[in-house]
Amino acid sequence: MIGNLPFVVSMVLVVLGLWTLMTRRNLIKLAVGIVLIENGVNLFLVSLGYVRGGIAPIYTFAPADAPMVMPTPQALTLTSIVIGMATTALLLTFAVVIHRHRGTLDAGKIRELRG
Amino acid sequence: MSWTVHVPILTIAVPLLGAFALPLMAKVHRRLRDLWLVGVGAFTVAMIVTLAVQVFTGGVQVYTLGAEAADATLGPEGFPIRIMLVVDAMSAFMALIAALLGGAALVYALGFVEEGKGKTLSMSLFLLLWAGMLGLKLTGDMFNFFVFFEITTVAACGLIGFRAWESRSPEAAFKTLVMYILGGLLVLLAVGVLYGQYGALNMAFLSSQIQGGALDRIALGLLLGGLLMKAGAVPMHMWAPDAYGEADANTAIVLVANTQAALYGLFRMVFTMYGGASTPAVGWLVTALGALTILVAVLMAVIQTDLGRLIAYGAVSQIGFMLLAAGVGLATLATRPEFGRVALQGGVFHMFNDAACIGLLLLCAGAVRRAAGTGDLRSLGGLAHTEVWTSGFFLLGALALAGIPPLNGFASKLMIYQSSFRLSPILTALAVLASILLLAVFVRAFQGAFLGPRRNLEGGQPISPAMLAGMAVLAVVVIAFGLVPDLVVRHMVAPAADALWTGRDVYLAAVLGG
Repeated sequence: MIGNLPFVVSMVLVVLGLWTLMTRRNLIKLAVGIVLIENGVNLFLVSLGYVRGGIAPIYTFAPADAPMVMPTPQALTLTSIVIGMATTALLLTFAVVIHRHRGTLDAGKIRELRG
Repeated sequence: MSWTVHVPILTIAVPLLGAFALPLMAKVHRRLRDLWLVGVGAFTVAMIVTLAVQVFTGGVQVYTLGAEAADATLGPEGFPIRIMLVVDAMSAFMALIAALLGGAALVYALGFVEEGKGKTLSMSLFLLLWAGMLGLKLTGDMFNFFVFFEITTVAACGLIGFRAWESRSPEAAFKTLVMYILGGLLVLLAVGVLYGQYGALNMAFLSSQIQGGALDRIALGLLLGGLLMKAGAVPMHMWAPDAYGEADANTAIVLVANTQAALYGLFRMVFTMYGGASTPAVGWLVTALGALTILVAVLMAVIQTDLGRLIAYGAVSQIGFMLLAAGVGLATLATRPEFGRVALQGGVFHMFNDAACIGLLLLCAGAVRRAAGTGDLRSLGGLAHTEVWTSGFFLLGALALAGIPPLNGFASKLMIYQSSFRLSPILTALAVLASILLLAVFVRAFQGAFLGPRRNLEGGQPISPAMLAGMAVLAVVVIAFGLVPDLVVRHMVAPAADALWTGRDVYLAAVLGG
């Protein structure tokens, strides 16, 4: 059970993020919601790659029979974090630009585009 | 070893390199930048056409990155661990769509995007989006699928919202970005679920393992959700009209290509990856979403007063037609394959036709905005007096979109009508009704914008020859595909549809051997 805890936590983060997206109207909070989901997914990927007692996959220093960790999930997570940084930066940039034009961050008040 | 094995990677690498080198070129001289842009564009189109010819004549082409030979797909333990590009007829077909729309957008943009209004950077983002889209269509493993998905996300939203001096485009970009990121994260979650189960990211290997268990179905649901968000299907379509309406016309048509790339991803997942474990239920779900998309989008198009948004809803409704066709194909995959195959061919053919006629209409809308200074149908009028070519192109695109023979939209819609009728006549009735409504909407738009007495509109500028050339490229495709649909279906569409329909074994064999 305790071994599943990371998965539970990651899904809780995803659900919290989705809930934020659906209930909040402030653009910055929407960005926070997106980041929450992103971190939930990243945590999910990292916990997938965890091997109890595993060692880094460097053949030179490894004992002969040690279980090695497949580095793929870590590589995925790193890539995903970098991508997440780019998308979050873009999201916040747009929020700043919108705030400059309209003087508010409330998604309900800035709707020029409807229908 | 001839250089032609490297064509798949060059197709992606050249626009990617071109995108990042473009601002450097612009620092040297504006002329050099345009020359570089045209050179990169022409080279990319040439690579795509070469690739398509190779694949249509020689079968699936595999390119393994970092291996000693391009076809050394398996690692030492007989396990596909390397990153690879797998190009079958469907991928090549989609790459051709990207070539058509990307090429037309590039030519149009040369005369449309103004100096001093971010031309250099928007052209860089355009090349980046193009590269991401092509990567999405050619990649053979799930994680790169996600990476290219996100490349298109960042580039597309940058392109929609880069005009920070306006208030509307950043708003459209924010909305689009939230949907795109969410879609991307759902895809990533699905990738994680699949990796956790099978320990692999290669699509062909996953396809050979997937049995349709509970976790597989969760992953499929996540993939469908994420990809439909990006494809702009109802009920996740809210971003599409804003994005198409607010972006530059040359950006909007690349966004159309981007939604089709997401649809391609969806087809690849349900037919190739889940082909061994497909159930009619998924087919019915996709069919229902397609029908809903057609209906909602067409009804929304009726009430639009802005030309760009009106065309945008037309574009969303066409996504519905493709989903409908694919859904009919999926639902009848096992039981009645003879017309399911026609449905899928119709859907695949319609992707190309939609790209050409919606692309043409969006470019015309951009030209109208340039010539009249506004896209509001209530104040437009009488443009046909001065803009003869643009009005001709608009009429052509509108008729093709509504499916009037002998234009290209008719050829593919007929195939969709015929086959969906066999599944349920209600679907056909709905689709025909939607087409008629669409015709009415576009006739009204044509009448409002182009006919009537001459009006003096403030802020109009002349339409440049490059813009007309961009529209002409698409107009030629609209007419040519309508005149010889049999040839096109036999040589391009049927191989592409069969790659999804029966080509799963060939795809798997190309990667896994045996």
